[in-house]
Amino acid sequence: MIAAVRENRPFNAREIAFAILIACLALVPLLAKAGAESYIIDLVMRMMIFAIAALSLDLILGFGAMVSFGHAAFIGIGAYAVGILSSHGVEEFSLQLIAALVASALFALVTGALSLRTKGVYFIMITLAFSQMIFFFAVSLSAYGGDDGLTLPGRSRLLGAPLFASNSGMYYAVLVALIGCFLLLRAVVASRFGRVLRGAKENAVRMEAIGFSAFRYQLAAYVISGMMASLAGALLANQTGFVSPAYMSWQRSGELLAMTIFGGVGTLAGPIFGALAFLLLEEWLAGVTQHWKMIFGPILVLVVLFARGGVMGVAARLTGARHG
Amino acid sequence: MSLTLFLVQSLNGLQFGVLLFLIAAGLTLVFGVMDFINLAHGVQYMVGAYLAAWFTAMTGNFFFGLMLALPTALLFGLALEALVFRHLYGRDHLDQVLATFGIILFLNEAVKVAWGAAPLSVPIPDALSGSVRLMDGLLYPVWRLVVIGSGFAVAVLLAVLVSRTRIGMLVRAGAANAPMVSALGVDIGRLFMIVFGFGAMLAGFAGAMVAPILSVEPGMGDNLLILTFVVIVIGGIGSIRGAFAAALLVGLVDTLGRSFGPQLLRMMLDPSAASQTGRALAPMLIYILMAAILFFRPAGLFPAQR
Repeated sequence: MIAAVRENRPFNAREIAFAILIACLALVPLLAKAGAESYIIDLVMRMMIFAIAALSLDLILGFGAMVSFGHAAFIGIGAYAVGILSSHGVEEFSLQLIAALVASALFALVTGALSLRTKGVYFIMITLAFSQMIFFFAVSLSAYGGDDGLTLPGRSRLLGAPLFASNSGMYYAVLVALIGCFLLLRAVVASRFGRVLRGAKENAVRMEAIGFSAFRYQLAAYVISGMMASLAGALLANQTGFVSPAYMSWQRSGELLAMTIFGGVGTLAGPIFGALAFLLLEEWLAGVTQHWKMIFGPILVLVVLFARGGVMGVAARLTGARHG
Repeated sequence: MSLTLFLVQSLNGLQFGVLLFLIAAGLTLVFGVMDFINLAHGVQYMVGAYLAAWFTAMTGNFFFGLMLALPTALLFGLALEALVFRHLYGRDHLDQVLATFGIILFLNEAVKVAWGAAPLSVPIPDALSGSVRLMDGLLYPVWRLVVIGSGFAVAVLLAVLVSRTRIGMLVRAGAANAPMVSALGVDIGRLFMIVFGFGAMLAGFAGAMVAPILSVEPGMGDNLLILTFVVIVIGGIGSIRGAFAAALLVGLVDTLGRSFGPQLLRMMLDPSAASQTGRALAPMLIYILMAAILFFRPAGLFPAQR
C-alpha cells in the first residue's frame, strides 16, 4: 500500500530522474553533431524504442504479475504491419500504425483470453507458445521475404510529410512516443483501473470477492500492453528499414524480460533505464571484445544475485530512499 | 504416403521424443522440487555434446569419450548449482529467468571461445554405423536405434529410481509439496543438489548421444530448451510420467506433421496452397497442440498430486 501512496504523489525521485533523462535524450541530437552523429542518433533511437517495448511489458509484468514470455510477437506484428503495407505502397505512418494497433489488439485479445485461463509457469509457457506460432507464421510468409525478412522501400511519411526521412526528425518522433507512453501508463497505473489491476496481482480472489472481475482487467491490461509493444515494433521497422521473423524469436522476448527486470519491475522509470542501460552495456562491451557475451552474461547473474530490484532498486538504496 | 516412409518417420519421431525426454526429465524434477525455472538447462545439453566431442577426439573412441563426458557433465552441473542456482531458491521466478538467461549468453559464447564457432562433428562408432533392415524395404540407421533404445532404458531406470527407492520417494514428495518435506526434516537443499546434478548429467547424456547425428555447435540447445519446456508443461510440471508421454507425443507430432502434413492438406486444397499452408502449419503444430492441451487441462496431462 505504501508503494501505491508514493505512486500518487505529484513528483517523486523516480519521476525527477525520468525528467532529467528526457532532457538529456532531447539534447542528444544536438550534442551528437560533435561526434559520430548518425551512429549516436541511431543507437539512442534504438534504445528508446526498446524502452517503449520494455515499458509496455512492465505494465503486465510489474503491475499485473503476468509474465509474458512472448512479448516480442507484438513487436513483430507492429514491424510487419509497416513492412507489409509499405511494400504495397502505403507509406503513411498513421495508417500503418492503425493497422499495427488493430492487429496487435486482436492478437492480444484472443491469445490473452486463452492464456489467462492458466497461472504462473503455465501462463509463461502459453504466451511463449502463441508467440512461436506467430514467429513460424512469419517465417512461412514467402511473399514477404519469409525467413530472410523484408527490406523496406523507405521510411514512412507522417501525415504526408517526410518527417522520418531525416534522422533527427525520426529521433524526436520516437522521443515523443516514449514520453507519451510513459505518461499514458502513469495515468493508467494511478487510475481506478490500475488499482484493480494491482489488487488482482496481490490477491485475485479478494478482488473477485469485492466485485471486480480480475480477468477483464488483466485482459484489458494485456491488450494495452500488446498495442504499445506493436508501436515500438512499427518504429523499429522504420529505424532499421528492415523487418524479419528474428524480431519475434523467443530470445528477443527473453531480452525484453531481461531489460525490464534489469531496470526494476513495477516502477515505470525502471524499464526505461533498464532498456537504456542494457543496450548501452551491450554496445560498449561489443566494442571492447568480440566475445562480449562472456562478460555480459555474468553481469546479469551478478545483478540478480547482488542488486535486487535492478537499476531502480540499487538507485533507491544509494539515495537512501525507504522501501515500501 | 507409403507404409515404409510412415514407419521411418515414426521412428525418427520416436528418436526425437526420446531426446526431448532425456532433457525434460531433469528439468521437470528441478522445476517440480524447487519451483526453479532453469533456462540454462538447454546449454547443459550443449555442454554434454561438446564434452563428448572433445573427449572422443582425445581418446579416439566414442565410448571412452562418453564415459568421460558423463561425470564431467555431472561435475559441471554441480558447479553451476553451487555457484549460482543455490542462491536463487525461493527467489522470484523473474530473478531466475534473468540469471539463467545470463548463463545461456555466457556458455554459448564460452564454447565458441574454447572450441571455435565452426560446428564439430563426431563420427558414429564403427561397430554401430550402417543401417539395419527392419522389414522389406525398411533400412534404418543403427545409431538412431541405439539412441531410441538408450532413451527407453533411461526412462525405465528413472521410473524404478523414482518409484522404488528412498531418494525417489523424497523427490516425488518434494515435487508434490516441498515445504512439507522440508518440515519433516529432509535437507531439501541437498536433495535438490542431487536432482540437479543428475538432471544436468541426463541433459549431457542426451547431447552426447545425438552428437554423432547432429552438428555440435554453439546455441544448439536454445531451440531445444523451448521444446523441452513445452514438453514439461504439456506433461504436467514435476511428473516424470507426464514428461515421458508428452516428449513422445511432441516428437511424433512434430516429425510426422512436418513430413505428412502437406500431403494430408493436398487432399483438401490445391497443391500449391497445400504446400504453402503445410510449410506454415508444420512448425506451429506442437504449439497449437500445447495451447489446446492447456486450454482443456490447464495443469497439463499428468499433473503432480498437490
